[in-house]
Amino acid sequence: MSVPSDQLATILPGQRPDGEEAALDETRIASRWSLVLRRFRRRRLAMAGLVVLVFLFLLAFVGPYLGQWTYTDHDFNAFLQGPSLDHWFGTTQTGGDVYALTLRGMQKSLVIGILVALISTGIAAVVGSFAGYMGGWIDRTLMWFVDLMLVLPSFLIIAILSPTFRGKTWLVFVVLLAAFLWLVTARIVRGMTISLREREYVLAARYMGVPAHRIIFRHILPNISSLLIVDATINVSAAVISETGLSYFGFGVQPPDVSLGTLIADGTQSATTYPWLFGFAAGILVALVLAVNLVGDGLRDALDPTSGF
Amino acid sequence: MAKFLLRRLANYVILVAVATSCAYILAAISLHPRANFEGRNPPPPEAAVDARLTQLNLNDETPVLQRYKTWAKGVLHGDFGKTWEGESVNAEMGRRIGVSLRLLLIATIVGGTLGVLAGAWGAIRQYQFSDHAVTMLSFVILSIPVFVLAVVLEIAAVGFNNATGAKVFEYTGEFTPGLQGGFWTHAVDRVQHLILPSLTLILGEIAIFSRYQRSAMLDVLGQDFVRTAQAKGLRRRGALLRHALRTALIPAVTYFIYNFGILIVGATFTEKIFGWHGMGEWFVDSVTRQDTNAVAAVTCFAAIMILLAGLISDVAYAMLDPRIRVS
Repeated sequence: MSVPSDQLATILPGQRPDGEEAALDETRIASRWSLVLRRFRRRRLAMAGLVVLVFLFLLAFVGPYLGQWTYTDHDFNAFLQGPSLDHWFGTTQTGGDVYALTLRGMQKSLVIGILVALISTGIAAVVGSFAGYMGGWIDRTLMWFVDLMLVLPSFLIIAILSPTFRGKTWLVFVVLLAAFLWLVTARIVRGMTISLREREYVLAARYMGVPAHRIIFRHILPNISSLLIVDATINVSAAVISETGLSYFGFGVQPPDVSLGTLIADGTQSATTYPWLFGFAAGILVALVLAVNLVGDGLRDALDPTSGF
Repeated sequence: MAKFLLRRLANYVILVAVATSCAYILAAISLHPRANFEGRNPPPPEAAVDARLTQLNLNDETPVLQRYKTWAKGVLHGDFGKTWEGESVNAEMGRRIGVSLRLLLIATIVGGTLGVLAGAWGAIRQYQFSDHAVTMLSFVILSIPVFVLAVVLEIAAVGFNNATGAKVFEYTGEFTPGLQGGFWTHAVDRVQHLILPSLTLILGEIAIFSRYQRSAMLDVLGQDFVRTAQAKGLRRRGALLRHALRTALIPAVTYFIYNFGILIVGATFTEKIFGWHGMGEWFVDSVTRQDTNAVAAVTCFAAIMILLAGLISDVAYAMLDPRIRVS
């Protein structure tokens, strides 16, 4: 749906422009993305989420240069000290700087979350659309696999497999997380593909002899791109929650590396006596997940104003 | 309807069998109980360790499929094998199963009911203050991981206890060991221990179900049959409860099974944090102790629980949707 941009300027916030009836001015058509951007900017909560997210990113990747300690340093003059000018977030039992540790954990959790979301949404898009378009055994195998995962929570499986990637690179952990996160998205993609399969433009392409893989990449996937974008965003928060949960029990990121999950686990025991060990990592984790969810929700509304969820 | 349920049941039994088998094989490959013996001081002779591991069906030198065969034969006869220390997995499971079931049941019943009501209430008052409040709260709770929520509740409870000077909330274990007193003293003590872990899970359940129910209810509210019900003389309340809520429950009921896996994982965190000796705590400890048979037993328990949730949601679905019963 595209609308002349000069008309958009006069439309009051909250009113929905009606693309079908508006006279199209070929030279000044607002592109789909500028329309989405406009709708997104109108949502105050989503914008707040975006601002928080940008701030958290800056904190994670620029913040470490502002502090005077690195996450491997130990200050032997300050054990279990509360927040001070010297140690902004306080220190741990061994004199580690909580500020540096938390930012390091944030970096790890963010990178893992984003990688897992991108990989799993990518796999889900490809497998789901092929299963939906082709049908047959690919479809049946996929659906059966999704059902199996329903009975077997991925948390349990990754926990069971955790000894096999202990001592190896954390990328193995990323691959495992992604391997379990794509299933539900794939199911949704499959459903949407089935409804797109019989549309005129897909049929036209098929009768012209366009091979199936090209139809999927040229016609089907671009048409469900809004769903994929929203899903990739929401998957970031799902991945961060899974990652921190597994790391909390020591089944994920392994020491000496830290993630928000391992930091929260270390702080849990003394959460009431030494609150800074728990509070900063936990607060940042909640802020991160909440911000990602708000942005995802705003994106969903901006991309599809009729979804109304 | 019986045919529909039987077909679903057969499907679930196959899924559980495959899921548990996969879990056992993965655990048998991934975990190494041998390390527990080798870590002992002084290290026992290798032949003795081998003999002991073979006896427990935990020897990594036996091919995985052969170990699986022995294990599966035992499970079919109702025996889940032995832990690496040589104790019966069944006995330990018997001690722990009730603890987990209590948490899961309370969270499901209380959380599910309140969540559905909150969602329906929000939908009826769409865009009013109460609707915004319910939506925002559930959004925030869904963004808090269980292990953070549990600790935050614990901190709040400690604060409350300190402020009132009485130990109202307890946050370690299931009951106070060695407590003297009659039945009521023990009952009150149990409830004091139960509140925080249950609340942790209930809040999450309310958040999820209120979201599902709100959107399902909004789809239904504008439809003709709700207006017809009011037109034929039902009060608004009756029309909403008997017609709108009932129809809107159908999607929420089908989400029940999806959600139960998340609940079981949540219960694992809750048990571990509040020191409840349930199945979830056992799972975490067993993976850390490389205890293959115990891990497989807990996975089987989780699969069966999710199967039961699936069956319950199928029965509820059939009860709510006449089309299923008739065809």
